[in-house]
Amino acid sequence: MFTLKKLIASAAILVCALTSTVSQADQLSTLMERGVLKVAVPQDFPPFGSVGSDLQPMGYDIDMARYLAEQLDVKLELVPVTSANRIPYLQTRKVDLVISSLGKNPEREKAIDFSEAYAPFFLGVFGAEDVTVSSAQELAGKTIGVTRGAVEDIELSKLVDNTTTIKRFEDNNTTLSAYLSGQVELIATGNLVATEIAKRVPTRKPETKFLLKNSPCYVGVLKGEQALVDKVNGLIAQAKSSGELERLSLAWFKTSLPKEL
Amino acid sequence: MSYQLDFSGLLPYLPELAKGLLTTAELTVYSTFAGILLGTAGAAGRISNKAWLRWLISAYVEVIRNTPFIVQLFFIFFGLPALGLKLSAWQAGCLAMVINLGAYLTEIIRAGIEATPKGQWEAGKTLGLSHWHIFSRIVLPTAIQRIYPALVSQCIIVMLGSAVVSQISVEELTFSANFIQSRNFLSFESYLVTALIYLLLAIAMRQLFELSARRLFKNPVL
Repeated sequence: MFTLKKLIASAAILVCALTSTVSQADQLSTLMERGVLKVAVPQDFPPFGSVGSDLQPMGYDIDMARYLAEQLDVKLELVPVTSANRIPYLQTRKVDLVISSLGKNPEREKAIDFSEAYAPFFLGVFGAEDVTVSSAQELAGKTIGVTRGAVEDIELSKLVDNTTTIKRFEDNNTTLSAYLSGQVELIATGNLVATEIAKRVPTRKPETKFLLKNSPCYVGVLKGEQALVDKVNGLIAQAKSSGELERLSLAWFKTSLPKEL
Repeated sequence: MSYQLDFSGLLPYLPELAKGLLTTAELTVYSTFAGILLGTAGAAGRISNKAWLRWLISAYVEVIRNTPFIVQLFFIFFGLPALGLKLSAWQAGCLAMVINLGAYLTEIIRAGIEATPKGQWEAGKTLGLSHWHIFSRIVLPTAIQRIYPALVSQCIIVMLGSAVVSQISVEELTFSANFIQSRNFLSFESYLVTALIYLLLAIAMRQLFELSARRLFKNPVL
């Protein structure tokens, strides 16, 4: 019977806790009052977030979190999360925001709210500076390398007709070698891969030509916290127009933000 | 063991397979002819009285026979552009096959030449024939006839080895199989059919060689 009593007691506490959170002030004023913005960031996903040689977190997401805290004029507390636990951290109010290369999908939209997109994450066509291509139609008569069977291969094959020569290579590395050795002037791949090449071989820096499939990153906000979502959206819009996001993109992705973002 | 075979899934991709088969056949024809020529020239050079030529050819033979084909292929396709020589995937693949076959055939044909009895050279000399005439009219034909089975096998090995050039995006038979497999995920069916096509190709090649042997040699060994 004692255990049953305990159970009822804990259930009662739980109910109190739940109702008290519901009756709490909105997240935005809570965090402004607290003077600290808690943000869940990745630590194992460069260039979005990784641990630098000085053991400090660094990356696009971390700089984005810094920017938001600066603009809100509060202190920043970075909470390292993994991709599996970033949403639970938000739902249990351990953090105010998730800035962790978070993509949007219907299941996630049921659980949390999203801001506007703040970072590009896409499959696209990349190529040397002197190649001018800005759409799938303009690929006619050109040769483009891609990794066989990858999502970008399927997307690209849907978009172009047989006037475009698609060179399909065995794996990512072979595709990259083909681009780096000049065997193909264009490749279809993910923007992170392109970033990696730009870092390793700056002389053949692949530039973004156009998007194949877009899955940008959003800031995750607790469900129903519209004031906070509005605030974050305002700051993202401001960062876009002020060139702050462009600066972050150049610093971490080594390329300009795509126009579509 | 409850896998349900689904060959109908391959039907939409038959043109791909046909295209791949054609490219493989094309590569094989070019590389076989050029490879036999290169191997014959190499063998002639290896028995030459010019030391530098013998050295050059043995270096070529050793380098090619002691390195993997795929490395040779990648070197030609990805490496040479750094030196300014940019070949298309097809050209690079075909060149790699010719160079590879040439090196092996040099050794095979040389063995045939060395097995030719000295008396044939001497008989030619007494008849007043030039060195070149003795080589091209007497020694080489008998040498080729002697090593013909080994030559045929090597050509077939290189034909099968052409599967590797799919790695540099040459759209030959293996490329087609990989491509089809990446679209319909019917790996078992795709590769089974492809293996059968290779088998038929190899048998057809052997038949062709046998046929030409009957034409070429008075007493074919096959």
